[in-house]
Parts: sequence; C-alpha cells; structure tokens
Amino acid sequence: MIWNRKHLLDLQSLSAEEIIHVLDTAREFKAVGERSIKKVPALRGKTVINLFVEPSTRTRISFELAALRLSADVINFSAEASSLKKGETLKDTARNLEALNADIIILRHGASGAPHFLARFLGAHVLNAGDGAHEHPTQGLLDVFTIREKKGRVDGLNVTILGDILYSRVARSNIWALTKLGAKVTLCGPPTLVPKSFESFAPNVRVTWNIDEALRDADVINLLRIQHERQKASMFPSTGEYAALFGLNTARMTKVKSDALIMHPGPINRGVEIASSIADGPQSVILEQVTNGLAVRMAALYLVNGGASLQVAG
Amino acid sequence: MSSLLLDSAALQRTFARMAHEIAEANPDVGSLVLVGIQRGGVPVARRLAFELGQVFGRPVPCGTLDVTFYRDDLNQRTAPTVNPTEIPGDIQGKTVVLVDDVFFTGRTIRAAMDALHEFGRPSRVQLAVVIDRGHRQLPIRPDVVGKEVATLLSQSVQVRCSQGGVDDGVFLRDTATLSSAPSVS
Repeated sequence: MIWNRKHLLDLQSLSAEEIIHVLDTAREFKAVGERSIKKVPALRGKTVINLFVEPSTRTRISFELAALRLSADVINFSAEASSLKKGETLKDTARNLEALNADIIILRHGASGAPHFLARFLGAHVLNAGDGAHEHPTQGLLDVFTIREKKGRVDGLNVTILGDILYSRVARSNIWALTKLGAKVTLCGPPTLVPKSFESFAPNVRVTWNIDEALRDADVINLLRIQHERQKASMFPSTGEYAALFGLNTARMTKVKSDALIMHPGPINRGVEIASSIADGPQSVILEQVTNGLAVRMAALYLVNGGASLQVAG
Repeated sequence: MSSLLLDSAALQRTFARMAHEIAEANPDVGSLVLVGIQRGGVPVARRLAFELGQVFGRPVPCGTLDVTFYRDDLNQRTAPTVNPTEIPGDIQGKTVVLVDDVFFTGRTIRAAMDALHEFGRPSRVQLAVVIDRGHRQLPIRPDVVGKEVATLLSQSVQVRCSQGGVDDGVFLRDTATLSSAPSVS
C-alpha cells in the first residue's frame, strides 16, 4: 500500500511516490466534482473539525467543502470566538474536541510545528492547514497538481517562485513537492525576503535577486503575496517600490515564455505582485488552483482516514 | 498451485456466448450501455462491447465504474487506490449491464449499484460476470454467467483478458494463507 500515514503534517517527510499517489487520487476526486451529484460516501459518519486558530477564509471553506463532499460531518472552530480567547491551551482545546469523538482535526496555526505537536498525543488524524512560516502541505500539493495537469509533468520544469519567500509556508511546501518530483526551483524577490540560505533547502533550488533572470526560462511562475501580517520589521521601503521592482507587470510579461503558467495561492493584491490583466489573462491558472485545491483536500482527507486502520489491523 | 479453468479459445467462445445472451435479452440496442467495474470488469466489458458491436452491427457504449467510495469495508482497511469512473452519456432510462470478471460475495455489486445510481436512474440494471465462484454474502444474482466454478474460500480466481492475446485465460489458484479473509473482488 502506497499510503499508510495517519496524518498529513508536511511535505518534507513525504516520498515522491506518496506525493504522486495523492495527486492521482485527487484526479479522481476532481472528476467527482464535475458530476451532477458531487458527493460520495467515503467518510460517511466521520466527524471533521476545522480548528482554525489563525484566521483563514479560503482554506477553511475549501477543507469544509471537501469534507462535506465526502459525506463527513464538519464543525468549524475559529479562535476569535472560542475558549482559546479565554486562556485555554491548544492542547486542552484539541483534547476537548477529541472528547467529542472527532475523527479528523484540520489545524491552522500561527506557530510552526503546531500540527506535529497535536499529532503526538491525539488519537485523531491531524491535517496541517498551514503552520506559521513552516508548511502548507495541501497548498503545495494543489500547486503541483495544477502544474502536472497543465504541463503533463513536473520533472524537468523550471519553476520560479517570486515574492515573500522568507515568511511563506506556501513557498516551503512548494519547494519540497517540486524538487521531490524533479523540478528546478528558482526563488526570487527582495534580498531581505529571499535569503541565499534557501539554496541549501534541497538540491535544484537556486536564489536570484534578478527578476529578469528568474522569469526568462520559467515554465511556471508562482507569485506570492507579501505577508505584512508576519513581518516583524519593514522588509522593503514601500509597496509601490516592490511592485516596480518585483511585480509581474505587462512589460515583464512580454519576456516570459508564451506557455508559462501564472499561479498565485491567493488572495491576490492586484497592482502589487501581479497586474490585473495578467491575473485575468490566458496564462493565469489562479482560479483552477482553487478548483484543484478542493480535489486535493478531498484526497488528503480520504487517504489519512485510511491511514489509521493499518495500525489497528497491524 | 494454479489450474487452468478456461484457455484463450474457450474464454473467447465464452465472451461470444455472453454477448449473444445479452443481445437476446436486450433487442433494443439503442438503450444498451455496458459498464465495467474497476478494475477486473473493465477489460471484460470492452471485450463484450466489441462482441455486441459485431452482433448488432453498430457500436455499443461502454464505460467504467469505480466503486471504492461505496464499499462497506472502507473503515477496515487502508484507503484503496481509486480508479477512473467514466459513464458514457446519460444513463437515465437506459438498460445498464454491469460487468465484472469474478462474482464472489456480492458486496462489490451492491456498492456498484449505489455508485451507478448517482449518475441517474436506469430503467433496468443487469449483471454479467465471466466466473461465478459462489460464496455469496448478499441476495444478488447475475443475469449472464460465463462459467460457474465451485471454489474454496482459500482459492482465488484470475481472469486474464488484456489484449485478447494468447496469454488470455481463467486461472484458479491456491492462495498462500488459508486463514485470510476473502477479498471483495
């Protein structure tokens, strides 16, 4: 059996074979989403809890819909209106949710490693929906799913990730998934947000602060938003200067390969990291990423749910 | 230990006879749809569709159905690999012939009927299988059978009909562990 993991915590620890198995499974779930009845009974009777300690709308909705389409019951738990505000620890909150017989807990948290922490003592399955600047595994999976679907392969492609790398869990999950599947990754952005040390992350990762060089050979350009909420200090002079130096505008777009994919995990800031006409243009697959995210999250829920029984049977 | 139940030629004659039985029961070719159950039923359905095309003189639509999400044992095993489902056109009001290679407990067919009805309401659903090996656990019976074979729970039956080549045939095997529970296939 290719997949026997109980949790999905990061992509760093997955093998290329496991990543491909998730992508293949997601392809069948995407087909389910295109039927008139978009729901299957694979998680019937299971309870899924969206534990979102850090606010999120799109990822929470995507996970919620994914669980509903698998026929699970879903509870949404957000930090703003919860016991965490009253001083309860994450561990106690999670234990309380488990006492309600939750089968799967999806955690979004501002602290790196929070899902790994829960996984150490919970009987329930844990899915990481983004932990600090560490990883966002389902985003990394949906990005490689989209690339594979559009390009037919990941191996050998030049993928440029442009923007705030330092604070980006999306960048880290992408780097792991892409390099494991054989892509060459170029990281680009202001030096304060793209440290040279990222080159030691994995083989086939290079850092450049020259945007023309980063765009020239790219088969895929993944644009990341500047995460003002995570930056402790001012990492560049102004939004206007960032847009001028590193934004993907129409002038730069003329130098990009005509079949390069333009990707963005959202939410996009039009006129900052990406020009409106490019976000809405023919090379943009931004909305398809959203559709694919649903299929990938259905696959992740389906696979981790099967991951426990092996231990029971074993 | 492996013994040959049907050789390539006998299997071909079996397909031809099954196709004629399906044609006899369903003279209205316009409403006929074959659906092979993933994975063993898929190549069988393609072969039967080819034979039926010869009988009727026009192609018979043939699809695939993956029943994984509808299985009753999902909680007792690691998540099975999911294969493509492709239902050709609208099955509303059609006669759907579900096709599988080996008919065993009946649980796969129960799941298949659930899965199929997500795509519409056929006027009739029939079942065609190459081998009926017995050991039913549910009240389901096939409409068209290639061959009935008495088997032990410890044995497995393999229908090989990949490309219609010389390697085709039906084989009966003694599996290694006698105590293992029968797999639903």
